[in-house]
This record gives sequence, structure tokens and C-alpha cells, in this order.
Amino acid sequence: MSILINKNTKIITQGITGKTGQFHTEKCQEYANGKECFVAGVNPKKAGESIFNIPIYASVKEAAAETGATVSVIYVPPAGAAAAIWEAVEADLDLAICITEGIPVRDMLMVRNKMKEKEAKGGKKTLLLGPNCPGLITPDEVKIGIMPGHIHRKGRIGVVSRSGTLTYEAVGQLTELGLGQSSAVGIGGDPINGLKHIDVMKMFNDDPDTDAVIMIGEIGGPDEAEAAQWCKANMKKPIVGFIAGVTAPAGKRMGHAGALISGGADTADAKLAIMEECGFKVTKNPSEMAKLLKAML
Amino acid sequence: MKIHEYQGKQILKKFGVTVPRGIHCTTVEDAVKAAETLGGKVWVVKAQIHAGGRGKGGGVKVATSLEKVREYASQILGMQLITHQTGPEGQKVRHLLIEEGADIQHEYYVAALTDRATQSVAMMASYEGGMDIEEVAHKTPEKIVKVFINPLVGLTDEQALTLAKGMGMNEASIPQCIDTLKKLYTCYMETDASLAEINPLIHEADGTVKALDAKFNFDSNALFRQPEIVAMRDLDEEDADEIEASKFDLAYISLDGNIGCLVNGAGLAMATMDTIKLFGAEPANFLDVGGGATTEKVTEAFKIMLKNPKVKGILVNIFGGIMKCDTIATGVVAAAKEVNLSVPLVVRMKGTNEDLGKKILKDSGLPIISADSMAEAATQIVAAVK
Repeated sequence: MSILINKNTKIITQGITGKTGQFHTEKCQEYANGKECFVAGVNPKKAGESIFNIPIYASVKEAAAETGATVSVIYVPPAGAAAAIWEAVEADLDLAICITEGIPVRDMLMVRNKMKEKEAKGGKKTLLLGPNCPGLITPDEVKIGIMPGHIHRKGRIGVVSRSGTLTYEAVGQLTELGLGQSSAVGIGGDPINGLKHIDVMKMFNDDPDTDAVIMIGEIGGPDEAEAAQWCKANMKKPIVGFIAGVTAPAGKRMGHAGALISGGADTADAKLAIMEECGFKVTKNPSEMAKLLKAML
Repeated sequence: MKIHEYQGKQILKKFGVTVPRGIHCTTVEDAVKAAETLGGKVWVVKAQIHAGGRGKGGGVKVATSLEKVREYASQILGMQLITHQTGPEGQKVRHLLIEEGADIQHEYYVAALTDRATQSVAMMASYEGGMDIEEVAHKTPEKIVKVFINPLVGLTDEQALTLAKGMGMNEASIPQCIDTLKKLYTCYMETDASLAEINPLIHEADGTVKALDAKFNFDSNALFRQPEIVAMRDLDEEDADEIEASKFDLAYISLDGNIGCLVNGAGLAMATMDTIKLFGAEPANFLDVGGGATTEKVTEAFKIMLKNPKVKGILVNIFGGIMKCDTIATGVVAAAKEVNLSVPLVVRMKGTNEDLGKKILKDSGLPIISADSMAEAATQIVAAVK
């Protein structure tokens, strides 16, 4: 078991013919069961052709109908990325993973509200991971996204983070200590996104093959605090928490559009305090995330 | 991206919001001419810088004669205006806005911004205009009324009325206030703003609702489709090193410490800064080289960091995923040679081709200190600069 994806997941790649899409599709195919998992690509202008032996369809709907795929990964450039997310939602997929960085916030506001409206009317709920995220991986089964596959090991620790390289850092530390991962999930650094810390923590809590979790956050926004409050009441597994940005000044965007301190409650110190109060083992030293977790097992 | 008040008012006016008549100028002579053109007996001379708090810092003056306009314009133009947002060195005033005086009956506050938690546009209003709204929010949050707008629906009549009543708007001015709020919302959406703030919004004796100030922030991800906004960018108001860095697709922010850091990924970059602090020093900057760092990019990153005279040492922290450690190592060596690096350099590399990268650093003959973990790297660089 794992969360969201496994070796039997069938995946559509939107933006497969672009430079980024091609590069990462090849890497994902090479990883574990990737050849079986990546079953379709989408590009209306190249329908009927194929790339890396993956057939290209005119639309997500057609690709899903032909292949039975239930998940899509999106590398479409920023201007068209929100429309690509909506196409995946309209095709009633289970999960859309948007890697694209730099999507206008207004576009994300619109598509997120369209998704909520569809669900409210009784339409199928499609989960969204990202945008501006590395994707997710279930080690030794399938990798969907841009993370380096070789640093992962199969195991029983969950990792969730807004930041890509900080996810790799946590995974790298775990693997070095002999602790494998059940799934590692990057939820992305944008202010308006899909799955949040709380959603992923719920999944890890319910996953019988996850024993403990490393939850990594950043300055800006209420998400980590919300997840911590939920965990206090519900989480049955040990959690190590880290928040990046103790040294970040207010009012400056630290790379990620979402990493911007606006009020008093979204600083790193405030979030760390809430997480600690909610039973997390928190640290200000990101080099010891895995070590702390190991000591709790 | 930020703009000046006079530009913000041009945008508001374009969307139908009433603003005072005003003229933007850059010389004292033009300021006097502007006052003459505007006519009347009272003018406001307003310093145009991107930071807030201009009034308290002496950047906004009311003049009751053309001589006073001249006097204030010469005082303000060229001054280093210090506010709570500029830092102690202040910001040089290069632009003025000369405006007709307004008949202020009461000052209100209105703002629109994107709310992450509800994934909607929040609009807030308050009777306590003209003040620092963060202070109002902190001390008397009940004095701020908020509505959350579904962008698929827009600002409804009911919500606009809630805001107008909630801010205690003058009864006779409520219809115009509702109209102003709707126009502000349209303006916010159509310009891809991330903040639109009018502080103060006023009503005059005849009931007219007017925006006396305008503060905008725009979503940098959307600038590609907002050429009119991009044309309003004033590079003089931005950090020169940050602009230089952005040309090479580097995210750079200068800070107050003495240890420069170069990292891939925003989260890891912040974590590296935090680790430096944890081990007793302060970072000199935030610098994310991104996913596709080349030798050229790394070299530019070194040059930008070293421009800061406070930098006494550099920490490079790379988690090689798609970006391979040997590529980064080659870039670091080339950069260190090109800039004749004279401060201590600690490099921590993990991930793809880690061993190859370390070998390149070792064989370079440069005094590069290698570290295995972030904590070890921070300990090393802090010791080296002491």
C-alpha cells in the first residue's frame, strides 16, 4: 500500500511533447514500473502519433477512455496550465498532478472554484496536487514528477512538503539511515493549490503501510497550522515537523509565490510553536529530521 | 510587482473609480506649473516612492499657495524619505504627485486581496481609514468588515452593501460606495493584482466618494499578459542586485548577515539560511539558482553575492536531482577562479553524481571546504569567518 498512486496506476501526460515533458517522461518511464504506468500523452496537434512508445491522443477524455488511465501529470507551460488542469477535471480523472511553475494566481483561483462548483453539483471530485510541485513517488513502484528516483527506498515513512529540494533532503536523510518511504509527496509552493498538508496527513494516517511522517512547511499561509490542529485530534502516528524560513524577512517573496509572510501567524516560529503544541517533534535544524524520526520509532 | 500611487490612481480612474485631479512631475518647476494648471487654493504635494508611511516621514504636505508648493516640492524631491517600510537608509524621492485638495469629511479603508484559505478574493473595509490597518486589525479586529468573493460570481450587491454599511459609510454616499467597490473588484481581477488598497477612501461634503491613495501589488506570474502594468515598473525603486539576478533567472534577496549562500530550490535555500543562523551567524542573502543551473548562472550568482561588501564567506548547498553534482562542481570551480574568490567557501553537495562532484572540487586546487550535511556546512563556514 501507499497513498494516491501505486504500481498499477495508469497515467496520462499532458504536455508530453514539450521539452520538460519529454525529459521527465523518459525518467519516469525508466523508474520501477514506469513503462507499464505511463500509458498516454495528450497533444491535439499530434494525435495518432507516439513518443517513447506512448500513444498521443487529442484530449484527456479520449486518452482516459482508450487506456483506462485515472491520473494525469501536467507539464503544460504557465499560460495554458490551468486550462490543462480543468481538462483533467472534466475528464473525471481521480488525480491531476500539476508540475508547472509560474501559473497566474487568478487562473488558479478560477480553476479551483470551478472544481469546487463541479463537486457541489454532484460531479466527480478530481484531486489536484500542485501546481509548482515536484510531484509524488511511491518508491519501487512508480514515480510521477521531477524528483530524482535513485535517492528513494521502499519503506514505511511518509514525507510531505511544499518544497521540492527540501523533500529530497528529507528523503535522502531517511534513506541514509536505512528508513524507506511509503510515499513522498510535494504539494507545491503556490498560494492557491490543490491538496494541502492536512489532506496528505489524513491519507498517511489511513495508510496501513505508513508508520510515521515527516511534515515540512514554509513561511506564509495557514496550511501547516491547520494540519497540525487536525493531527492533534486525529493522527495516530509520530510526526517530525520542520518549517523553513525562520530567517526570512516579512514582505519579501522567498522564491515561492506562497512563501511570503503577511500577518503575524504565518511566520516560521509561530508555525513551529503550533506544531509542537499539537504533538509534533519539531526541529529548527533541518539536518536532523530523519534522525529525530528514527528515535521516535 | 509594485507601482507608484500616481500610476495606481491612473488605473483606478480607468476602471471608473473617482480620484482627485492630479499631475505627476519630476521637477520643482513642473510641480508649480502643475498646481497652476489644476487651479484652486489648496494642493497636496506627495512624494512617490513604493514604500508606505510617506506622510509620517514628511513626504506628504498640504500647500495653500504656489510659493508653498514650490517650497515643499524642493524639500521633498531628492530627499531620502525614511518610513517604517524603507529601512534606515530611506528611499530617494524622484517623483512627485501634485493633487487638488479634497474636502475630507471622513476617511475609510478598503482593500482587495487573494485569500489562500478560502481560495477566493477577500475584500475588507473599515471606518478606521487613514491609519495603519495592521494596527487596527491587531487592536480592534471588530472594526474591520470582510467579505469573501467567489471569482466565478464576482462581488454581489449584497456583499457590496455589507461592506458599505460595515465601514459606516455616509448614508447618502452608499450607492456611489457600492459602485466604487464593484469597480475596485473588477480592477483587481482584470489587472491580475495581488493587493489593491485604498487608504483612505473618503466622502466629501457633497457625498462624493473618492480614492485619496492607491496601493497595488501585482502577481509576477501574470505580467506576461499585462503589458500596461509592466510599462509602469520603476527599476529605481527596486534593489539593483535583485534586478541583476533576475536577468539570469536567479531568485536573489539581500539580507543583513555576512554569509552568502547559493542553493537550489526555494525551500532548501530558506532551510540553509536557517541553519546558518542556528549555528551562530546570519545569512547575507537568499539565492535560489533554480533547477537548471549552468556554469554561467553559478558564476553570475557568485558575482552578485560578492558585490555585497558584508560577505565574509560563502556556503553552497546543492541537492542534485535532475541537476547533477558534477555540473555544479564544475560551475563552482570556474566561478571561484573567474571572480578570484578570496573569502572562505564551503560546498555541500548531495544526490546525483555526488562523488564525481566532490572529486572535481578536490582536484581544482582551490581551498574549498567540503561538507556532508547542511549542519556540518554551516558549522564549517561559521568557524571560517570568525
